[in-house]
Amino acid sequence: MELLAFGKTGWGDELFYATLMTIAVSITAMLVGFFFALIFTPLKLSKYKTLNLVGNFYTTVIRGVPELLVIYLFFFGGSGAIMYVASIFGYYEYIEINAFITGSMAIGIISGAYSTEVFRGAIQSIDKGQFEAAKVLGINKFGQFYKIILPQMLRLAIPNLSNVWQITLKDTSLISVTGLVEIMRQSYIAAGSTRDPLFFYSFAAVLYLLLTYVSMKLINKLEARYSRGY
Amino acid sequence: MDFDLMITSFPKLLGATVVTLKLLSASLFFGLFLGLFFAILRLNKNIFINNFAYGYSYIFRGTPLLVQIFIIYFGLGQIEYLRTTFLWIILKEPYWCAIIAFTLNTGAYTSEILRSAFQTIKPGIIEAGKSLGISNKIIFYKIQIPIAIRQSLPAYGNEIILMMKGTSLASTVTLMDLTGVAKYIISTTFKPIEVFIVAGGIYLFMTFIIHNVIKYLEKKYSFQQ
Repeated sequence: MELLAFGKTGWGDELFYATLMTIAVSITAMLVGFFFALIFTPLKLSKYKTLNLVGNFYTTVIRGVPELLVIYLFFFGGSGAIMYVASIFGYYEYIEINAFITGSMAIGIISGAYSTEVFRGAIQSIDKGQFEAAKVLGINKFGQFYKIILPQMLRLAIPNLSNVWQITLKDTSLISVTGLVEIMRQSYIAAGSTRDPLFFYSFAAVLYLLLTYVSMKLINKLEARYSRGY
Repeated sequence: MDFDLMITSFPKLLGATVVTLKLLSASLFFGLFLGLFFAILRLNKNIFINNFAYGYSYIFRGTPLLVQIFIIYFGLGQIEYLRTTFLWIILKEPYWCAIIAFTLNTGAYTSEILRSAFQTIKPGIIEAGKSLGISNKIIFYKIQIPIAIRQSLPAYGNEIILMMKGTSLASTVTLMDLTGVAKYIISTTFKPIEVFIVAGGIYLFMTFIIHNVIKYLEKKYSFQQ
């Protein structure tokens, strides 16, 4: 137990901050994913074949390629790409992107592909009459989407989004390969310096279980809130 | 774009694909039996057996695969007693550690898929079997299992693809699978995009094949023919 003490003697505080880091990366990645979903869901639902193709390409490629490979692409290619863009604007110094941004971008793009599929499914399962009724009542496009489609869509999307959240949370463990100090990386460091990998990796597993358990409880509450009236 | 690199790295990556496929097929094979075993335990009315099976699937589905591999590969070696038994012959090899971790992981997901498939079987079908005087054992093997397999095909297809992506984590325990070799080439040439296109292409090709095989099987075993 003294291994988990807070302060200089134990790894308690380090693991606590690492847990916060995991939560921060997961939330950032989820938001980045929503941003991508916001772009690609309309593309997948569009009438135009070319736009459909772009949307399908994104979700198919990201969901068919291992997460680790995407992370390596961002880790090794990220600063190169930024430097290339910067060189167009006449900036030739070396730019290093921090591991947090690389990691949450990589995981965000992955989680975005899953979110896109969830939103597409949810919008498609809304009754066509709802769109028509809104139009007939003379509600403008903005009101149609925010007041009528979105609340109904969220109710349908939340159970599946909770799955996406669980996947995203577990995927953040892979960012440890880039050196970002989250639960997995911190356990690796602690296991290396105390020569007690069994304890620290098992503790990491417990932390992840705790995170998935707590988020499950919170999402259930949210789900109840959005399905009130049903 | 460095096309020469793409061409020269292709055979190396293709060689590594064999490792990926070996890991995938071994873990799916063992995982299917494990999943079936735990799915049957889940259907048991005894609350302890039921909770044991639920706990297994909850733990393995609630933690990242990376943690599971690390516990088995780095963690288990720490137990002195294990080193003296014959198990150590298996557990000192990263290859077998990866297969054990993948098997336990896919077993947890498979047990959930099969459990829900068993639960969707209409009671009337089982009652019909009973009224025909078929023994419980035969009802289970000849009626429930075939229907459950058909029901779970789409979900199991997804699980195969997820597991194929999961095998990429074998590269973290020094195995040179497709992702491992891709990472090695990237870190020696610093050309991530080219290597990503080739390696990603191979993965997508495998996804495509798995997807179509499952689709074919679904059609073949569908009820309306």
